[in-house]
This record gives sequence, structure tokens and C-alpha cells, in this order.
Amino acid sequence: MTRYIIKRLLLMIPTLLSVAVIIFFLMRIVPGDIVELRFAGESAYAQKENLDKERARLGLDKPIWTQFLTWMGGLLRLDFGTSMWTGAPISEEIRLRFALSLQLAIMATIVAILLAIPLGVIAALRQDTWVDYAVRIMSIAGLATPSFWLGIVFILGLLIIFKWLPPMVYTPFWVDPVQNLAQLIWPALAVGYRYSAVATRMTRSAMLEVLREDYIRTARAKGLWEKLILSRHALKNAMLPVLTVIALEFAFLIGGLVVTEQVFNLNGLGLLFVEAIGHRDYTLTQALVMLVAFVFIFVNFLVDLAYAWLDPRIRFR
Amino acid sequence: MTSVRFHASTLRALIAGVAVVMWMLFPTAGAEAQDKPRYGGELVFVVPTEPASYDAHREGTFALVHPLAPVYSTLLRFDPTDRTGTKVVGDLAESWTVAKDGRTYTFKIRRGVKFHDGSDLTSKDVKASYDKIVNPPADVVSFRKGQYTAVEAIEAPDPNTVIFRLKWPAASMITALASPFNWIYKTDTLAKDMHWYETHVMGSGPFVFVEHVKGAYWAGKKNPNYWDKGKPYLDSYRALVVKDGNAQVAAVRAERAHIQFRGFTPAERDSIVQALGPKATVQESPWDCVLLVGMNHEKKPWDDKRARKALTLALDRYQGSQALSKIAVVKSVGGVQVPGTPFATPPEELEKLAGYSRDIAKSRAEARRLLKEAGVPENFSFGLKNRNVPMPYEAVAIWLVDQWRQIGLQARHEFIESTKWEADLRDGNYEVAVDTQCSYAVDPDLDLYKFQSMGVSGNNYGRYVDKVLDDLYQKQSRSLDAEERKKWVRDFERRLVDEEAHYFYTLQWHRIIPHSIKLRGWTVTPSHYLNNQLDTVWLSE
Repeated sequence: MTRYIIKRLLLMIPTLLSVAVIIFFLMRIVPGDIVELRFAGESAYAQKENLDKERARLGLDKPIWTQFLTWMGGLLRLDFGTSMWTGAPISEEIRLRFALSLQLAIMATIVAILLAIPLGVIAALRQDTWVDYAVRIMSIAGLATPSFWLGIVFILGLLIIFKWLPPMVYTPFWVDPVQNLAQLIWPALAVGYRYSAVATRMTRSAMLEVLREDYIRTARAKGLWEKLILSRHALKNAMLPVLTVIALEFAFLIGGLVVTEQVFNLNGLGLLFVEAIGHRDYTLTQALVMLVAFVFIFVNFLVDLAYAWLDPRIRFR
Repeated sequence: MTSVRFHASTLRALIAGVAVVMWMLFPTAGAEAQDKPRYGGELVFVVPTEPASYDAHREGTFALVHPLAPVYSTLLRFDPTDRTGTKVVGDLAESWTVAKDGRTYTFKIRRGVKFHDGSDLTSKDVKASYDKIVNPPADVVSFRKGQYTAVEAIEAPDPNTVIFRLKWPAASMITALASPFNWIYKTDTLAKDMHWYETHVMGSGPFVFVEHVKGAYWAGKKNPNYWDKGKPYLDSYRALVVKDGNAQVAAVRAERAHIQFRGFTPAERDSIVQALGPKATVQESPWDCVLLVGMNHEKKPWDDKRARKALTLALDRYQGSQALSKIAVVKSVGGVQVPGTPFATPPEELEKLAGYSRDIAKSRAEARRLLKEAGVPENFSFGLKNRNVPMPYEAVAIWLVDQWRQIGLQARHEFIESTKWEADLRDGNYEVAVDTQCSYAVDPDLDLYKFQSMGVSGNNYGRYVDKVLDDLYQKQSRSLDAEERKKWVRDFERRLVDEEAHYFYTLQWHRIIPHSIKLRGWTVTPSHYLNNQLDTVWLSE
């Protein structure tokens, strides 16, 4: 098992390095640059002198290979440098937003799990009854409803019916839990509902498959208690694909909630990501891509470990 | 049941309609019904975006001015009660004189002004700040350095006197010295580190900086040692960073914020007015921003002024104003200066320029004739490059496409990402494009600079060289007599939009500020960069 973990951890390195190379060159292909954006636009006095000065300050006047080696050198030292747009350390830019994004991802995942697993199991156990149909309709509606649209509905509902709007500034949970939850519960519900739709369908189909397995029939023939069969034998095995879906969705939520963050005015990583790309802030975009890539890889690693716990056969290989 | 619902919605629409009509008739009724300023309270406003740094000398965005102007002082400022945003008054300058030859400006600096760290503000600080703007060191970027080419030297002969010596007379010098970006920094701090103000905030304005949480909010509190005794009225202010347009509207509707100082769309205004009813008021003004049509002079047929002129002749600006002002932030028909401001061309004179005639049939016939003469075939197709910002770019471009269709031209609307659009315009990678310009104040020097020859102006995307136009710019810029300057401005305008049709104006932007009735002492101007020091602002409850 230890060897397996070490092997998986070492495999992360080439994956992350590949991501680093790809994102570096992709960003340079995109037309426009940060200096153009800063000194043109609303300005009536954009001067070439200023553009050149700023390019030199940001190191954009250097050959692309020099820029690449500087970036890779920093990466190896785990130093992402400073944001080209704000000049602030990238670690600070990310730290400011990470807590919110992580909390929202956790809350949305809890909402999704609380909805998806019971509903998926019930739908599988009551296959082709009205309960199953209701769950299926609910999950298809969830898949078809963008979470930002649901967010807008929540906002308008709160505004028109209750003349109330969730707080517009993030307060950490440990500072004021009520304020914190009053702000984040709505996006968590909006995102969690869509997220649960995917997981519900996966739980249902996995449960249906497992319930038809020989070992379930054997357990029933041995006269085992039905609840025990479902929880220990059926659900545990059915959880393998569900876990993958939940984990991948969780990783996506860390940096992918752009529109939802906009709708609820959340100062999260998704918005920072879009702004960084919009500003052609190469260093920040690269760092964010690396962060999201790391989260995806790490979450996958955790899923693999969970697989080993859920399915003993994996440990023995 | 259906009938009842119909009546309820009709009634709501009627109430909203009456409210909208009321503020259209009495747009400043709320603002004018002001009694004695009241002390206390926190002003909350929305800022739609954030600046890259805290140093206004190197930034050009309102996103820095709105949250931090209250913290700083400037040498001069624009009168916060002047709706045209053109009247300059002293801020740190108590008084000033201009030499007869127009080349020496002497300012007397107020005594007793203190920075927020308790140190005295003197003429040395003004000089150091302006030296940084006018003659920045090699590694320092000064965004508006080009505006001060006339400045030869800045002197501080005593702690209360600053002298600007010019190489030549500059008509817009006073306006340039009232720039809302020219914050006065502390000389000692600049001497230690010219970049300090990029990451730190410390001024001498009516409010003291408290904090900025990136992506979330800015906060400031009353400066008890502000030189203007009795001001500011507010205890504090908070600027919420709200990037989404719908969320900004929701913030004002739900009374989470009193105002957003940049501007809302007509639909957003109506939504706020409908929701808040008598708790809201609206201030509107022509906006010193405009969407221009730029034609690449290096691409055929736009190298031919007849083809260029045909494009402007095709536009029915008066009809366009009526239709577009209902859905977009554009309204007035104007020339190179915001209508209603000192150097603006009067409507009857404007109508003589190509594309401004009330007889649109005649204009379009003339446009067709010019196209034929220039050898442009019927149904000629070309690309109209536009920025993918819906308001007001999309609506105006669709209008343009329709107008040109009526003279037998087929424009392909290319709605592209802002950065790519900017790069394409700068590189000349376009045929015809929607271009834009905003200034911090209505002044011919600021508003016309862009249109000088390529190489002279860094923002001339038309890629033309016109020495006559450059000469006219210099003449108006150096005319100290207002009437004479007006004449040069008109000549410049005629050459730019009519005779050579290098560039032309579509419709003037229109600034719409619906805000809480509690907010008093603030006046809308054509510039969204002005009136943000908040020293005159107060809350009625």
C-alpha cells in the first residue's frame, strides 16, 4: 500500500510539469497582452514609452525561453511570483479567495451528498414506481438547470418576496457563522442541487447494478438482514463510481464557479481566474491553472485511496 | 383571476411609469430639496471593478478614483456642484494667478493641511508629486505624462507657493491641474521609494484610508483634521466591489448600497425606480464617453475620404438617439465636445456637418453618390470589429449595420473579446471598427488628442497622418482666448468628421445614476471620474 501511495505521488510530478508547459505556451498564443490592456482602453494618452517601460518591468520584453525558464525555476522552488496586474504576491491573491471557494465547495458537496445518496438509493430500491419517476424528474431537472440561473432565481425571490439580499461581503465562518452561512447557503444550494443531480443518477444506476449481483442474492439467500445487505454489501460497492463523480465535481468547484460567484458577488477563485485571463495576467493565470490541476490530481489520488478502502481487491493488486 | 393579475401588473407598470416621468420632469428634485447637511452615517456605494495598483499617477481607471479619491487631495479640483464638470476651483490651492503671457502659473497652497500621518503638507509635496507625473524617473510609469508636455519646470520657492513654468501657453493647463488622478503624495515618502504609493495609501483628503480587501470592499473613515473645517459630513464610507451588473442593481434595489457612481442602463434605472419608488432619485447627464467609428486608412476603400464620408452620412443620429436611448447608455447627438459644455458646437451649426443633417434622405442620397464615385460596388461587404461588451457597444453596432444597409453596404458585425479588439485596433488588423473614448473632464485637449496623426497620438487607430489636423490641435491648445479656441475646435471638428471624415462620432453616452434619496450633496457630471472626494456628501437619515 505504501509503495502504491509513493508511486501515485511521484506520478503527480510529471503531470504537473506537463500542465505547466502547456499553460505557459497557451497563454502566449492568446492575442493581446496585459500592457495593451492597462494603458489603452479609456486612456487618451497611451504612449509607446509607457508601454515599453511596463513590458520591461514585467519581463515581457525578454525572449520567450528566458520567460519560460524563469517561470519553471520559480515553480521548482514553489515560488509563483507576483501578479502582473496587481503586483501583489500570487500566494496572497489566492489565499484571499481560497477559503471562500473551499467552503463553498464543501457546502455544495454536503448538499449534494445529502440529496443524492438517499434519493439515488430510494429510486433504485423503488425502481419504476412513482418514487423512482419523481427522483428521476428531479435529477433531470437538476442537470438541465444551470446553477447560476437557479442562483438568479434565489436572488430575485429573496429580493422581491422578502426585500432581502444575502450579505455582499464574505465573513469567515469563525468570525461570524450566521453572516457566513447567510451568504453562502444560497449558492451552496444552487450549486449543490445541480451537483446532486449527477450524483443521484450515478447512485441509482450503480445501486441497480449492484443489487443484481450474485453476492447480493447470496446474502439474501443466507437470510441476512435487508438493511445490512443494503448498507454493507450493496451501497459500499455502489459507492465506487459515485465517489469518482463527487470527487471530480468537488475539484471542479474550486475554480469553476465563475458565473455563480458573479451572481452572488462572491470573491472566489473562479472570478479571479476569469479576471486573470481577461487581464492577460500570465503569472496569475498560470498559478491558478497549476492550483486547479493540483486539486484535481490530489482529489483523484484521494479517490484512489478510498477505492482501496472500499474495494479490498484493489489493495491486493 | 387572469383579469386581476392583469390589473395588478398594469397598476405596477403605471406606478413605475409615473415615477419615471416624475424624475424626467424634475430630475434633481431630490437633490435640490436639500436642507441643512446632516452629520454622521456611512455611505455605501458599489464599485464595478478594481484597479491594478493604488497609484493614481500610473492608473487610468475610475475603479481607483471612486474608492480612493476621498483619501487624497489635489491641487485643483472640479466644482462639485457644477453639472458641466468644467468649472475648476481650488483644493489645496487657496488661490492662483496666471502671468499675462500664459506661461507662468503661481499657486498659493493652503496652510495647515496635514497628511493623515500628521505631517504638514507643503508646496514641496505638490512639486514632488507633479515632478513624478511630468518627469517620472526611468522605471516609473506616468499615465498622463503626455498631457504636461508644455511644462518646463515646477518650482516651490517657499512652503506655500508652487510655480509651474510652461514652454508655451496651454489653454487646458488649469483643467490638467485639476485632474482627479493627480493626487498629492508626500515628498519624503517618494524620495525613499517612488513605487511606495502603488501598494500603500496615505493622503490628506477628507477621509482616512482604513482597508481594502481585494475583491470585496474598500473602507475609509472621517478625517478629523481635514483642512475644510466642518467637513466631511459622513463618518465613513464603504465601497463594495460588485462586478456583476445584476448584482449591482440588486445591491441598490435592496438598499445594501446607496449608489453606484459610474452609471446604470435605462432598464436598470427603471428597475431600481420601480422597486424603491419615492426612496430613489435619478440624476442624468450626457457622458463624456463616446463610441466612435474608426476606418482603417490603410485598407481600401477606406483610404478614400468619399467612402469614409458615406459611412457617416448614412447615419440618422436623431432617430438613432430616440431608439437607442431607450435600451442603451447613449442619447445626445454631439460633436467633439459634450453637448451643453463650453466648447460644444451648437445644434444648428452641428447640423451643417456631414451626417448631422435632419434631412436623412438627402444625406443618404449623397452617401450613395460618394460611394459610386469612389468605386464602391452595391452590397459591398466589410467587417465591423467591435468589443464584446454589450452595453452600449452591441446595440450601437447593430444600429450602425442597419444604417449602412440603407446605403447598400453590408457590414459584418465581428463581436470579439476586448483584449483582442484592442490589439487588433492597435495593429491595424481591421477594416472598420467601433472605437471608444472617455475623458476625465470635458476639455478639447483631452477629447481631441486621440485624433492627431498616427505617431503623434498613441491611440489613433485610423492610421492616418494629417498635419493640418495636428496644426489645428496645437492652435486650439495654445489659444488662451476662449472664443478663439472655440473657432479652432470647430475647424478641427469639421476637418475630422466632415472634410476628411477620418473618424466620426455615433452618439454621446448618457450617464444615468439612480440612487437612494438619502444620499445628498452629490451632483452628476459628464465625467464618471469626478465628484468622488465625498466631502460635500451627506446622508439625510
